Amino acid sequence: MITDAPRIITSRFDKADSHTLAGYEATGGYQALRKALSMGPAAVADEVKTATLLGRGGAGFPAGVKWGLAPENVWPRYLVVNGDESEPGTYKDRLLMERDPHQLIEGVLLASYAIGCGQAFLYVRGEMALAQERIATALNDAYAAGYVGKNILGSDFSVDVVLTWGAGAYIVGEETALIESLEGNRGMPRLKPPFFPAAKGLYMQPTIVNNVETLANLPWIVTNGGEAFAALGAETSRGTRMFAVSGHVKNPGVFEVEYGVTTFRDLIYAPQYAGGILGDRALKAFIPGGASAPWFFDEHLDLPLEKVTVDRAGSMLGSGAVVVMDETTDAVKACLRVVRFFARESCGKCTPCREGTTWLQNILQRIQDGYGRPTDLDLLMDVSDNISPGITWPPKQTTICPLGPSAVSPIASAMQRFRPEFEARIAQAEEARHSVPVTITKASSHG
Amino acid sequence: MARLTNENLELAREIIGRYPRPKSALIPLLHLAQEQDGHLTDEAMAHIGELVGVSSAEVLGTASFYEMFKMEPVGRYMVNICTNISCQLRGGEELLAHAEKTLGIRPGQTTSDGLFTLEDVECIAACTEAPCLQVNYRYEHRISNEGFDQLVSDLRDGRRSDIPSHGVLAEIRQHIPADRRAGNVTPEDTATPVWVAAAGEGEK
Repeated sequence: MITDAPRIITSRFDKADSHTLAGYEATGGYQALRKALSMGPAAVADEVKTATLLGRGGAGFPAGVKWGLAPENVWPRYLVVNGDESEPGTYKDRLLMERDPHQLIEGVLLASYAIGCGQAFLYVRGEMALAQERIATALNDAYAAGYVGKNILGSDFSVDVVLTWGAGAYIVGEETALIESLEGNRGMPRLKPPFFPAAKGLYMQPTIVNNVETLANLPWIVTNGGEAFAALGAETSRGTRMFAVSGHVKNPGVFEVEYGVTTFRDLIYAPQYAGGILGDRALKAFIPGGASAPWFFDEHLDLPLEKVTVDRAGSMLGSGAVVVMDETTDAVKACLRVVRFFARESCGKCTPCREGTTWLQNILQRIQDGYGRPTDLDLLMDVSDNISPGITWPPKQTTICPLGPSAVSPIASAMQRFRPEFEARIAQAEEARHSVPVTITKASSHG
Repeated sequence: MARLTNENLELAREIIGRYPRPKSALIPLLHLAQEQDGHLTDEAMAHIGELVGVSSAEVLGTASFYEMFKMEPVGRYMVNICTNISCQLRGGEELLAHAEKTLGIRPGQTTSDGLFTLEDVECIAACTEAPCLQVNYRYEHRISNEGFDQLVSDLRDGRRSDIPSHGVLAEIRQHIPADRRAGNVTPEDTATPVWVAAAGEGEK
């Protein structure tokens, strides 16, 4: 269902000066902060709880609940903003940082106020130079205007917001890896338990890690109330959400839609969204929530973009990344490309992921190159099973973080649906091997 | 050459001062060194180690984990072409093949004039604008083969002053004015934040 829900987080995207302080103030900017300061921290946290704002980074954990996980009366607490957007297919946090940096900063201030954080770190992906520049400018202006720093707007609330940035590593999007990176280390995930960030995070202190899009919702929630937010969307998916639709569609784009009610079919085919498949070809498959998500097919098109529904159907909305593959797509090649990504980005800490993803890539590569063996498909499943026992959804893992099991998703999906394509590729290779006369030349001494 | 210049040393001290623990400044400082020299030199890494109080080995241990840090000289322009799934579906691999031909190098190599280094990279978050690439982390969206050749000739002829040389990320830096600073919160600061305490006992 396509609705006329308000645009909550992309409301300023059409304005040329949306990234400036003047542009932000002229459109209601920093009014939520003023309101919050008169409400008190507990009331702000309550509004966010009422809103049931699910985290927009991938896991979809309710932000209000996450805040509440910090142990009582243990200080200091830190807030870390996850702006390390790098899940393949995902394109939303960069837009929010580049086009409306003050909205994010106001969200950071509201969260800091509510949880009692006196120093927040805004971690932007290293490759995003413009986002870093826009946030640096916005922070400089916001400090000068008295919105950030010491005694904000004359109140007793003080917080420094520090811009920090990475240097190219997908794994740093995992929150404990991000904390490691922020401590100046290699971005390798920490074991949970005991290192749940809310209990033992940055410098072993309680730390809340929130995604950019999650925080960008806070000014609207505080201004309009948690109930107004919760009135939008479906039972378990409130508000609105940004989805990037890429791949074989006529009008690839990033769309903010009402969460939980808009369907994949709406998003992929409606003229105001992606406008249908290129050349009006047939759909082969689509990834509903980033490269880590199992693929969906025709029969899933009428599912709403709703967290629980999509989870139950065997995949996830993840980071709001819908990647559309039409009938001309080579399933083996697409599968290999996604697996190669995980092999390349494995941090190397856990053996099943480090070795397993590399093997998965190597096997798929030889199938793709025409050297596949009849035993390769079973081998792929065997290696997958060692990374993610049972190859189930949600995945089980033999690793510290979900990166390894994520490499299993495309293989499980593609093999379940397109196994004949893999078999045909291998059979072709077999045939070629048997039809080529083999001459064995003994190594000679010349040359 | 290659230890931080006095100007950068001052910036480095300012950056370190924004973190409760100096080592947290490591990645931003490595970027500063790369901005200065185009890549990371041993001398710069040793200098940074001195500044944040860790050994050069630890600095290298962190630096070598991250793809953006280059331990060897690279071209003035890093051309990063995305071939991940959204770009692959829209011609990213064909664009890479074209770029290899135009530049006469393979991914990971640098042209003999030292101008271009080519990389086959993972998703850079411009998926709806595929195929896409970055030059020194500045985006080029929906780029065609012709568009690529134009870009290369513009860079060669100095017509892209908007793209600084490799190593320079944001050209505007955060500066926190001393009179507006709230100050670092270290793990030793165990007092209840004043605004939380003032809000009453009922608070957590």
